[in-house]
Amino acid sequence: MQQINLLLTSLPDGILLGFVYGLAAMGLTLIWGVMNVINLSHGPIIALGMFGTFYLFTRIGLNPYAGLILVAIVGLLLGILIYAVAVHRVINAPHLSSLLATFSVNMIIIGLGTAAFTTSPYNVDFAAGGFKLGSITLLGTRLIAALVAMLFTGGLYLFLFRTRPGKYIRAVANNRAAAELMGIPSTRILALSFGLGTMLAAVSGALIATFFPFSILAGGSYELKSFVIGVLGGLGNPIGALFGGLVLGMLEGIIPAFMESSWVPVIEFGLFVIILLVRPSGLFGAKQQ
Amino acid sequence: MKRSLSSIVTLLVLLGVILSSCAPAAPTEAPVAPEPTEALAGEQPASTDAPAKAEENITVGFTSSLTGAQEVSSKRQVAGFNLWMDQVNEAGGIKLSDGTAVKIAAQTYDDESAKERVQELYTRLITEDNADFLISPYSSGLAAAASIIAEQNGKIMITAGAAEDDAYKTGNTSLFQLYTPGSQYLLSTVDMLKTLEPEAKVAIVHENDKFSTSVVEGLKPYLESHGFEVVLEEGYASETTDFGRVINKIVESGATVLLGGGHYPDGSTFARQLYERQAGLKFVSLLVAPADSKFPELGDAALGISTSSQWELAATHTKEEADALGKPWFGPTGEEFAAAYEEATGEKPTYHVAGGYMTGLVLQKAIEDSDSIDPEKVKAALEAMDIFTFYGGVKFDTSPEAHGLQVGHQMVVAQWQKDDAGELVRKVIWPADVANADPLYPIPAPE
Repeated sequence: MQQINLLLTSLPDGILLGFVYGLAAMGLTLIWGVMNVINLSHGPIIALGMFGTFYLFTRIGLNPYAGLILVAIVGLLLGILIYAVAVHRVINAPHLSSLLATFSVNMIIIGLGTAAFTTSPYNVDFAAGGFKLGSITLLGTRLIAALVAMLFTGGLYLFLFRTRPGKYIRAVANNRAAAELMGIPSTRILALSFGLGTMLAAVSGALIATFFPFSILAGGSYELKSFVIGVLGGLGNPIGALFGGLVLGMLEGIIPAFMESSWVPVIEFGLFVIILLVRPSGLFGAKQQ
Repeated sequence: MKRSLSSIVTLLVLLGVILSSCAPAAPTEAPVAPEPTEALAGEQPASTDAPAKAEENITVGFTSSLTGAQEVSSKRQVAGFNLWMDQVNEAGGIKLSDGTAVKIAAQTYDDESAKERVQELYTRLITEDNADFLISPYSSGLAAAASIIAEQNGKIMITAGAAEDDAYKTGNTSLFQLYTPGSQYLLSTVDMLKTLEPEAKVAIVHENDKFSTSVVEGLKPYLESHGFEVVLEEGYASETTDFGRVINKIVESGATVLLGGGHYPDGSTFARQLYERQAGLKFVSLLVAPADSKFPELGDAALGISTSSQWELAATHTKEEADALGKPWFGPTGEEFAAAYEEATGEKPTYHVAGGYMTGLVLQKAIEDSDSIDPEKVKAALEAMDIFTFYGGVKFDTSPEAHGLQVGHQMVVAQWQKDDAGELVRKVIWPADVANADPLYPIPAPE
């Protein structure tokens, strides 16, 4: 009975958190889906999003949710910059080249971030209230974060399926050579895709900062979760990432009801390996090459 | 193609897991110069006035965590050591009876809070930098890693910020511990609880690391022997940021008291989420984090959170205590130490700062007592040491079973309370004879 109660109290938390995990993973999987690049700078960009919220809130006094717009814009521009500087020249090279390029960006951001912010934990002292439903406590910050994650997912879906640049992105993802023959400026579309991916990472970081403390190293664990989610939802399938995020969030809610919390990563990554072995295209199926 | 991509992703995740356990790469391996601190001429802990005939320089080697999980407390420990070193050097060094002045040089590197780096760097400190004496890195895990290298090379290592007991019970003879051992960390808190609520139901939730685990190993039997019911015992990973589910478990267990935590990052996060989720606990004691001066940045979430402290200025030890115990007094008073530190850094010292300072002070005392910098003689002086300082008693176990374990030092319980101006201040609440405030019990519910 106690376990059922625990499950009921922990599951909503896990689900709400799952939306934000999903948003972070969406950025990673979008970049992978469009240009077959695994963005190893994903984690530090999530951390930069966290610092964006911190400075906008503590220095300017901007509400973290209003600050999301600025974080998103800067994230988009940063992504385009990273693409132009580090990724574009190796986009057609073997995977190892783009891996090393984004890994280098990862190290540069962490190095600069450590010099600028140290690795001390930062804390955004912001509360959005909360309410109790019986024994379940729902925090306002998590509810809003889940809502924002859903809005971004919906926005991304509309962008990809209802707008011309979005259709260009899908066309480039499907067949870059054919898209170029149709007159689609593939370089600009690839840069835009990378920018969108980093924007989603930065926004997820900005949301996470409203409920967890962080340091410049904090993005690493979310990057790992993004890989797991990407595989769960299907690498290259941004919408599937949201589903993957929810699955991971639910697991994080369910597991501690029955065993020690330290088992969570063991089971998460065990699942990751199993899915890669049994269904490598992910539960939602990835883009076919 | 698809298979090869999947393989790459798998490899990357495995690489990521490995890298994440290793902390980030440091930008440089160059020695990190200790931050200068201003010494106060009148408060230098140097000894005799004998005219200097010659000058000897000794190198004290240690690593500090300039980055990574232990950064906050490690920097404070190093700041304390640097204060001592600057004071000694400003005073002309440690004077030996033949007039030799022993000056101190520090050799230090950033260990990035990583055990692998610690072992590599302590080897370097010993073999390349020829360090004469070693100070431990901060945290039990890192100190245990360093202790292996120190022991293998027969180098004396004075440990601070390393409370876990086991490293001293494996036959080591080169380690000398300054902190009260982990297994005794929360015992005085239990003694206090006995007077506050003998029927309390206790949840023990702690970081899964060497130090916190050693604390629990001593705590649980002590609680049970005093009639407390332990309704939950749970460990969490060091990198945990979401305590929501653990807090749900605490609430479901019906616990009224929480004892546990680990280090600064997890402890401060835990405290904040306990407040946000209105866990309704009457008493919370967390390890390490609430002892840091950054802790009040949590705002009202800090109110009522207690910690076991190795030293508090409000309950600093005095020469009168030493006289009453019949032990020799050594070094500055707590007020002199705190004033010197505050003048040098602008901050009030925490127990981590005091621990760092004490590593130097104990080394100084051992050099003075042995009248030598010969490691064997200094080691003999450490083994014979039984002194009293502003930090409290210092005496090391010399039995083969627990050589170097601290047996002379007592801890106090401190709690964040609000003063008349509504500011958060850390008050000493136990033992009663040194307390400067009553325990805030139960912790007031969030408004």
